[in-house]
Amino acid sequence: MNETTGQTAAPRPSLGLQLPRSQFEPATGEPRIAVRNLDFFYGANRALKGINLDLPDRRVMGMIGPSGCGKSTLLRVLNRMYDLYPGQRATGDVMMDGQNLLAPTTDVNALRSRIGMVFQKPTPFPMSIYENIAFGVKLHEKLSKSAMDERVEWSLTRAALWGEVRDRLERSALGLSGGQQQRLCIARTIAVRPDVILLDEPTSALDPISTLRIEELIDELKQDFTIVIVTHNMQQAARCADQVAFFYLGELIEVGTAAQMFTAPRQRRTQDYITGRFG
Amino acid sequence: MSLAATAETGEAPQTRGRGDAIAAALAVAAGLFVLLLLGAILVSLLMGGLPALQQFGSAFLTRAIWNPVTQKFGAAVPIYGTLVTAILALVMAVPLSFGIAVYLTELAPLWLRRPVGIAVELLAAVPSIIFGMWGFFVIAPLMAQYVQPWCIDTLGDLPVIGDLFQGPPFGTGIFTAALILAVMIIPFIAATMRDVFLTVPPVFKESAYGVGCTTSEVMRAIVLPYTRVSVVGGIMLGLGRALGETMAVTFVIGNTNRISTSLFGPGNTIASLIALEFPESQAGSLKLSSLLALGFILFVISFVVLAISRLLLRPRLRA
Repeated sequence: MNETTGQTAAPRPSLGLQLPRSQFEPATGEPRIAVRNLDFFYGANRALKGINLDLPDRRVMGMIGPSGCGKSTLLRVLNRMYDLYPGQRATGDVMMDGQNLLAPTTDVNALRSRIGMVFQKPTPFPMSIYENIAFGVKLHEKLSKSAMDERVEWSLTRAALWGEVRDRLERSALGLSGGQQQRLCIARTIAVRPDVILLDEPTSALDPISTLRIEELIDELKQDFTIVIVTHNMQQAARCADQVAFFYLGELIEVGTAAQMFTAPRQRRTQDYITGRFG
Repeated sequence: MSLAATAETGEAPQTRGRGDAIAAALAVAAGLFVLLLLGAILVSLLMGGLPALQQFGSAFLTRAIWNPVTQKFGAAVPIYGTLVTAILALVMAVPLSFGIAVYLTELAPLWLRRPVGIAVELLAAVPSIIFGMWGFFVIAPLMAQYVQPWCIDTLGDLPVIGDLFQGPPFGTGIFTAALILAVMIIPFIAATMRDVFLTVPPVFKESAYGVGCTTSEVMRAIVLPYTRVSVVGGIMLGLGRALGETMAVTFVIGNTNRISTSLFGPGNTIASLIALEFPESQAGSLKLSSLLALGFILFVISFVVLAISRLLLRPRLRA
C-alpha cells in the first residue's frame, strides 16, 4: 500500500495509543474487532441483545437478517455514529487494538477515520470529484499538492473509478451516475486509509451492472481492508462474504463461513430465513 | 342509499351547487382583494408623493436637507440611516443567529431544543414599542456610560476606522438603533436558518461525520453549501424587517437630519422620520408629499428585499 501511494506512511490518527497499521502486516485472520456482550438502546427500546462477534482481519463479514433485526444498528455502533443522536446508547465492549471503542475517552473523529462507512444511498458531497476525495484526507493529514494528487488517483483507482473520471476531476460529483457516485463514496472512504470499511446495503439503490462492479471491488479491497457488509441480498452475501452473521430481532443467531451458512445452517431460524420462509 | 336520498330531496344537488359557487366566488374575491389592496397602497403612495418628486426631481434622493421653513426636502439622510442601521443590524444579527441555529440543530440536548426554539420565536412576538422603551431606558444609558466612551477612547484613535467611533457618547444614535434592530431580527433569521438546516438529509451529515469531520467541519462543508441559497433568503427576510422597523428605532436613533461619519452620531430612518413628521404635516403640503414619497421609496426597497427572500427560500421550504 505504501508503494502504491508512493509516499511514506503518514502518522496515524491515534486513539490514545500508538497503533500499528494492519495493512503492513500479512493477514492473520485474527479478529480485527471483537464485539463482546453488546447491548444497544434506542431510548428504552433494546435493539441489540448481548452480541458477541469477531470481525476477522482483512476478511469480508456479511450481515443478513430481516429489516429491523439490528444489522445496521451494529454498524452504527462500530463507528460510534449513534453518538450523534441523543437517547441512543450502547453498553458492552467493542475491542480494537486492545482498546474499547465505546469508552468515552475515544476520539470519535479519529475513530471514524479508521472505520469508514459507505451508506445505502450514494452521498457525494456538494463539491468537485477531486475535492470529494481530498476533503476527508485533509481532515487527518497534511499532504502536499502532488501527494494529494497521488492519493486521489490511488483511491479512485482502487475504487475502479479513475478511468471514468480522470478527465473531469474538477467537475461536480453530483453529475456522476448513481453507480459512479457510490464508487466515489467508496474511494472517499478508502482515501483516508481506514482499517475497517462498513458497507450498509451499498448496492440496494444501484442497477445490476453497478452492483456487480461494487461486488468485484469488495473482493479486491479485502486484501487491504477489513470489510463489513450489511445486505438483504442473499446471493450477494454468498458471493462477497467470507463469513456470514445472521441477526434476528436484535440477536445474533448464528455466524459461520458463507459456505456453511448457506448450505448447512445449524439453526432452524437461519435455515428458514435463507430459504425464504420468512423475512 | 345515497341515490335514494338524492331522489327524495330532489332539489338538493342544485342548491348545493349554488352554495359551492357562492363560496368559490367569495374566496376568489378575498384572494383578489389582497392583490388589489397591495396595488392600491402602492398607487396612492406614489400619487401622494408625486408633487414632491416633480418639484425636486432625482435630487430628492440625494439631497441631505429637510427644511419645512424653506420648503426644501431631500431623502438622503433617512435613506442613508435606513440602509446603515439595517446593514449594521445584519452584521450583528447574522453570526448570532447562525450560532443559535447550529446550537438548536446540532448541539443542544434534546430536551432543551424545544424551549430554546420557542423562546427564540417568542422574541419575535415582543411588541416593537417594548424594544424601543427597553432600548431607551436600559441600553442607551449603558451605551453612554460604558460602551461608547470605551470605544471612543480606544478605537477612536485608530486611523480611518477611528472616524466611525467619534463624537460625544449620547447613548442614542445609529449604532444603538442597529443594536436594537439586531435583537429584533434575530428570531426571524435564526428560525429560518434552523428550519433550513433541518432539511439537510441526515445521511449526508453522517457521511461527513463518517470520514471524521467535527461538527464545525460538517456545518462548513455540508450543511452551509446545501442550504446556502435559503440561508441568504433568511438573511434577506431579516433585512426586510429591519428596513421597515419604526417605533423601536425612533426611540433610540436620535432623530437628527444629519449624515454623520461616526456610528455613535444621531441620524434618522425613513420610517422614524415619517412617524415623527407626519402629525405635523398639513394636508396638501409639499412636506406631506415628501413624506409620502419617502414611504413609497421604503415600500419599494422592502418589497424588493422581501420578494428576493421569498424567491430564495421557496425551493427549500417547500420540501
